[in-house]
Amino acid sequence: MSKYQYVPEPALVKGNHDFGSLTRLVTDINLRPTPKAWYLAMIAANGLLFVMLGAIAYLIWEGTGIWGLNNPVGWGWAIINFVWWVGIGHAGTLISAILFLFRQDWRTAINRFAEAMTIFAVMCAGVFPAIHVGRIWAIYWVFPIPNQMQMWPNFNSPLLWDVFAVSTYFTVSLLFWYVGLVPDLATIRDRATDKIRKYAYGIFSLGWTGSNRHWWNYEKAYMILAGLATPLVLSVHTIVSFDFAVSMIPGWHTTIFPPYFVAGAIFSGFAMVLTLMIIARKIYGMKDIMTDDHMEKMNIVIMVTGSMVGFAYIMEFFIAWYSGVEYEKAIFLLRATGPYAWAYWTMMACNVFSPQFFWFKKLRRSVGFTFFISIVVNIGMWFERFVITVTSLANDYLPSSWDYYSPTIWDILTYVGTFGLFFTMFLAFLRFLPMIALAEIKAVIPQADPHNYDEENKEFQAPQVKVPKPQVEKV
Amino acid sequence: MSNQTEQNRSLYGILAEFRNPKELTDAARLVVKSGYSKFDTFSPFPIHGMDKAMNLKKSKLGWIVLGHGLLGFSGAIAMMYFMSVLDYPINISGKPFFNAPAWVPITFELTVLLSAFGAVFGMFFLNGLPKLHNPLFSVERFKKATDDGFFVCIEAEDTQFEESAVKKLLQDAGATHIEEVYDEE
Repeated sequence: MSKYQYVPEPALVKGNHDFGSLTRLVTDINLRPTPKAWYLAMIAANGLLFVMLGAIAYLIWEGTGIWGLNNPVGWGWAIINFVWWVGIGHAGTLISAILFLFRQDWRTAINRFAEAMTIFAVMCAGVFPAIHVGRIWAIYWVFPIPNQMQMWPNFNSPLLWDVFAVSTYFTVSLLFWYVGLVPDLATIRDRATDKIRKYAYGIFSLGWTGSNRHWWNYEKAYMILAGLATPLVLSVHTIVSFDFAVSMIPGWHTTIFPPYFVAGAIFSGFAMVLTLMIIARKIYGMKDIMTDDHMEKMNIVIMVTGSMVGFAYIMEFFIAWYSGVEYEKAIFLLRATGPYAWAYWTMMACNVFSPQFFWFKKLRRSVGFTFFISIVVNIGMWFERFVITVTSLANDYLPSSWDYYSPTIWDILTYVGTFGLFFTMFLAFLRFLPMIALAEIKAVIPQADPHNYDEENKEFQAPQVKVPKPQVEKV
Repeated sequence: MSNQTEQNRSLYGILAEFRNPKELTDAARLVVKSGYSKFDTFSPFPIHGMDKAMNLKKSKLGWIVLGHGLLGFSGAIAMMYFMSVLDYPINISGKPFFNAPAWVPITFELTVLLSAFGAVFGMFFLNGLPKLHNPLFSVERFKKATDDGFFVCIEAEDTQFEESAVKKLLQDAGATHIEEVYDEE
């Protein structure tokens, strides 16, 4: 036995699946009658959605005074939730674009799922900037449309950059998702037996035949989209961080914000994908495709990005001291010891300490523990946005204007309500669209590669693991 | 449809089914070697090496995307220049009207947005989609093409198309099933 034993990569799809069984496994969910539990879940999600709509209606009626905003904290839960939801979305694009460019084939099991999560999370995020302006009927001022005084928006403002960044991000994510869906919608179209499904999936699959002349352009388009989405996903949270970093408030005006926000976004996004994936693969019996190996790989990403976030927290402290700026030093001491210390230490515990458990292989592969940590991470990242937004504003340059910020019931209801929007969309996705990128998962099983077939009788041969011969040095 | 008369049915092509990706790639190679150019292969996923076997040219999509990207880039700058320099310049804390560094994010975003439109709609354009009517859809067996079937179709439009020769070629290539496809008028 050599010391450096060659360990082959575990198969991406477990069980004895061929092309046909994968098709049935995934599309049967869309073709079967709707399960009763789905209706129950949908009713609950719709209930929450109505909570959100109610809270928004009251906000429009009454104005932003119903929120806990005060002076100097003019940015409350709306901004926290916006940044949090946008961050959640990032994992989807990361999985579908960056991992695609890095030829990480394991992404195929989860990319459809994660992209759907991205789109719905960005929808939830978009709710907040739209309603937080107070006079919602003037929201069109953020678009390059002249207002009643023939004025244009201010292109020097990071808040306007946000408008372009988030709307571009949403559009490109939607296109990316749809392009991936077309071949799979065609699969459902061809398997559907009732008229409504045949027509609906037929229209949305655009007449896809699986022609290899088409696949050739399709793969090119997919690669270009991945190449475009990669800098895009990094730019979106960078620009969101500019909202903070470009201002002069102590604790915000730092160059570490863009990478630190991006790392945090990926961290929370992967946690949310895991939360949803662990539930869905159990309910829908997808354990052959979304395997424990996938979970472990995602946990490693969480561990790495969690450590990056932890590094950023410590670096902020170091720079506050090293820069010698009194306000900067004071604000960081206040964060850790002041009136919001409870939020600060919740954030530290959830984001810095909890992912460190994933150094242990046993814990990385434990479904229950992963599920627990994934929720802890999402709570932690929410507190990170809270700490950044509120502590810096509540204690700015002028101690006479310092105040303690606390949310009202309407803040809480709006936030809780966005989960209604998110889960309504997600449940509809699980019901009507293939939750696995079927064409892609078929392409990564060994039967898909012509090289794995016998040259003579053209029968499938399981790929042989080539063990490299140990190099024996001659003396 | 089986009970239709011969006059309003014209032959679209010959469709042959193969067992697996390996057979399909080999068949594609054989079809190209025999000199057919109006043919296509169908599979539920893109097959590695199929482009070479089918002798496909490089996709033109890159150029379409480049064009769109340049349009997004110049369009963004033109828009901001018109709005904040020409049409209604506003002095905001003494910043220049033409504030290039501050315009980077929006220029970037619009370049990406237009490029993405180019990639998606350009791909659909090159593939001739949406195309909701396709003679192949009338073949019951062809439904497998999006599931686990591998097909070759040689079209009747091909200059050297001759029914018996095509059938023989596909038979020799190892097709498990051969069928004529008709286009309904």
